[in-house]
Amino acid sequence: MSHEETLRITVTVNGERVTRQVPVRQHLTDFLRTELGLTGSHIGCEHGICGACSVRLDAAVVRGCLLLAVQADGADVVTIEGLTDSEEIADLQQRFVERNALQCGYCTPGMLVTAAELLRQRRPASRDEIRAFLSGNYCRCTGYHAIVDAVEATLNERLRQ
Amino acid sequence: MKAPRFSYIRADSLEHAIRLLAQHGDEARILAGGQSLMPTLNMRLSQPRLLIDINGIAALEGIALADGAVRIGALARHAEVMRSPIVAEHLPLIAEAMPHVAHVAVRNRGTFGGSIALADPAAELPACILALRASVVVESARGRRTIAADDFFRGLYETAREPDEILVEVLLPVERRDRVSVFMELSRRHGDFAIAGLACSARIERDVVEDARLVYFGSEAKPTLARTAMAALDGKKWSEASREAACAALADDLDPIANTFGSPATKLHLQRVLTRRALEAAVARARTQ
Repeated sequence: MSHEETLRITVTVNGERVTRQVPVRQHLTDFLRTELGLTGSHIGCEHGICGACSVRLDAAVVRGCLLLAVQADGADVVTIEGLTDSEEIADLQQRFVERNALQCGYCTPGMLVTAAELLRQRRPASRDEIRAFLSGNYCRCTGYHAIVDAVEATLNERLRQ
Repeated sequence: MKAPRFSYIRADSLEHAIRLLAQHGDEARILAGGQSLMPTLNMRLSQPRLLIDINGIAALEGIALADGAVRIGALARHAEVMRSPIVAEHLPLIAEAMPHVAHVAVRNRGTFGGSIALADPAAELPACILALRASVVVESARGRRTIAADDFFRGLYETAREPDEILVEVLLPVERRDRVSVFMELSRRHGDFAIAGLACSARIERDVVEDARLVYFGSEAKPTLARTAMAALDGKKWSEASREAACAALADDLDPIANTFGSPATKLHLQRVLTRRALEAAVARARTQ
């Protein structure tokens, strides 16, 4: 097949409605990065293992590389840029810095988007439960300990408020 | 990598999807949650001419209890099944298995029907529906038919579903109060595919085991009922002897596949370890029930 099929989609990204003509085979992360310049969502493995591309789709964290951009037509997408601008995870980001929960930073956006879903549930979680929740996100630098520290500290602070 | 070129149609009803599938047959793929299909496209392991997107077809959604069975629609997301009070109350085996199914982002998107239709040998849900004597409902332009889970899984990624059929729903008989079930698996990382795993359901009264269903996955080409091991337990009072007889019988029931996780001998050993743990747990549960 030589012809590149395209479709017109309208997606709300970080609160802003955008309309674009996209190749049907383009996945959401490529759409965000190349069409919209939102390069915070990273591409690691591109087959759903590493979690670096995690974004929020209609209020639930998903793998951006396993969703076609055309499937996001009509949906509400929030990326790490949106979560940062809204300051929803400002406390979590602060704890990541304090605990050195990142080194190269490649996994960090995906890690934060996933952790944000755990924090939104607003219920206590043990360190084991935090680890299980983040188990779909690879980090090759930190050994995870500092990441779990940061998420645990943020969760406990929010539950005390 | 990037997916190869394909055509894409969003089906607006089950009838529409069936019509498209009848027209394109094996050249088309159904796109449900996409959590297995998209990786194979991105890695160019499959190159369908057409993707038929069934997301949004209301007839394929939902979880409901009726006539002694739970109906799980093909498009029910794993996260939805995991949160479902109906599943928690009537299908404790599925409820116990769900936290092992992938990771949160994949569970938010992946579907129950997709997992059954794909029949990945290391997947949890095919083994569970076989243990629970569920049935799978498929539909095509030729009509609708119901296939017992016992007849559904044929081999490696091979099922009784024909290329023009869509998996519509799975019907799971509610777990009866006189039965107990246990789900266990071993994996390298929480949520990854299992190296060895076991879904079991049995009637256990005063420590006597009857009608046990032991289904093994992860090590085999397809979810496998261990008939010899089941026979070794049947009607016997639970003891170290009956437990070890069942474990010994597994050599006849299983034919483990070697891969990077281990040799056939290692996997048979792991399945025996799981069998001991699962049966101990089943008996303990029956005693407190």
